[in-house]
Amino acid sequence: MTVAWAVDLGLAALIVAVAVATVTARGTFAAAVGFVACGLLLALAWVQLAAVDVALTEAAIGALTGMLLLGAAAHLHPTEAGMVAERPGVALRGAATLLCAVVTGALAIVVLSLPDPAPSLAPAAAAHLPATELGNPVTAVLMAYRAIDTLVEKVVVLVALLAVWSLAPDPRWGGRPGASRRRQRDDALAFLAQLLPPIGIVAGVYLVWTSADHPGGAFPGSTLLAAMWLLARMAGLVDAPAVSRRWLRIALVAGPVVFLAVGLAGFAWADRFLAYPDGWAKPLILGIEAAMTVSIAVTLAMLVEGPPERSLSPDAQRAAGERSSSGLEPEP
Amino acid sequence: MSFVLDVFTVVAVAAGAFFFVAGTVGLLRFPDSLCRLHALTKADNLGLGLVVLGLLPQVEGALAAGRLIAVWLLAQLAGTTVTQLLARSARRSGPLA
Amino acid sequence: MAEFLLACAGFILAAVAVGLVRVLRGPADADRMLAAQLLGTGGVAVLLLVAAATGVSAVVDVALTLALVSTFASAAFVATSDGE
Repeated sequence: MTVAWAVDLGLAALIVAVAVATVTARGTFAAAVGFVACGLLLALAWVQLAAVDVALTEAAIGALTGMLLLGAAAHLHPTEAGMVAERPGVALRGAATLLCAVVTGALAIVVLSLPDPAPSLAPAAAAHLPATELGNPVTAVLMAYRAIDTLVEKVVVLVALLAVWSLAPDPRWGGRPGASRRRQRDDALAFLAQLLPPIGIVAGVYLVWTSADHPGGAFPGSTLLAAMWLLARMAGLVDAPAVSRRWLRIALVAGPVVFLAVGLAGFAWADRFLAYPDGWAKPLILGIEAAMTVSIAVTLAMLVEGPPERSLSPDAQRAAGERSSSGLEPEP
Repeated sequence: MSFVLDVFTVVAVAAGAFFFVAGTVGLLRFPDSLCRLHALTKADNLGLGLVVLGLLPQVEGALAAGRLIAVWLLAQLAGTTVTQLLARSARRSGPLA
Repeated sequence: MAEFLLACAGFILAAVAVGLVRVLRGPADADRMLAAQLLGTGGVAVLLLVAAATGVSAVVDVALTLALVSTFASAAFVATSDGE
């Protein structure tokens, strides 16, 4: 047994143990922290599987899901005692356990019964890499071979945001999401929110830029950008924009629109949807990724913010949201 | 020369691992939230620092070495500030949490 | 050397993972978040060791992202638990 095997085995056992502990944890908060820990360990597992792009995405997205879960756990804290009393009965939990075990067993059988060597398109993907002028096969798959999937995914994320916004009560439509946070003096959180975002923004843009030739990607990069904005928001340094703001809506759709435009232009210059003309693949891909980064970052940040909860003041509503609004109606 | 560097790496990384163990022991054994925060910063500071120090001879080029040091500085800066925040939260839970 | 670095990575991982027991035990919520923060720092060390052992320098980027993310998660905990 080599060292690498031992580390892999230990990591796998650890992930299973933390997952079991998360599922069986007593309090909501312990479960939320367990989930965050699981995400960190999964990022390590992806690195061990030599999937660095996926590890980056897992680590970055763990920030946002962690924030959502921790916020939810804090929100549910007052009602936790009642929730524990209402736990589903043994029969229901037994049925859920059985269902999970069946799914796990089916997955295990499928994975273990793959022929050796397992079928893979990796050699074909690598063979066509020089035509795309990219050095990173993952980016080539995402943005060249299966660009249509990426385009549809980005539209789906936007639709998800619309679904979240639709949860707003009617009088709040068009307002600002989330609660307002005032910055406190001498606050360590405000200091962190001033220290970290410059580093995080550089790291996020770097991840997008380097994805052409090295592991990275528009998705983890823009997730980092969204996380930095959310950090400033949590510290009370910035306030969420009202969802009716034009610049916000332009930023949200810019990515998919650019992607779609390049795709339709593919009919003109290479007679197929989303085809790139020879020699232009790399600049087009980088251009699309730049627009996508802005869109995904704004979409993810607004997704975490949630539905609008504060109305604009009547003045600002009349002014069609171009000036910054002053009045924040308190929650009834 | 490369043998000396290898020995240096082994010693530094092993020392770093020791401080991570110290961090865990502190986390599990100290009586108080605020005491456990001390254990955390030892792992951040000394544990990660010694590991980075030990890895410096193993990487190629000054840029790669600079990246390692940058990661360590970030972990320290951010970790220190976060410790302050966690201490504030721990104090709010009560003196004997 | 690569074997040694990988073995150290596994050792550090095991060390900080044992600290995760605090997530289940720790009376205060801050204790649980402490354990996650330690796991984050340990993860950064593990990733740097793996990067040096395998020679894949992109793994250092993952370590950088992990450092940012674990800090962000702790800040999110403090900000959301203060809002009560």
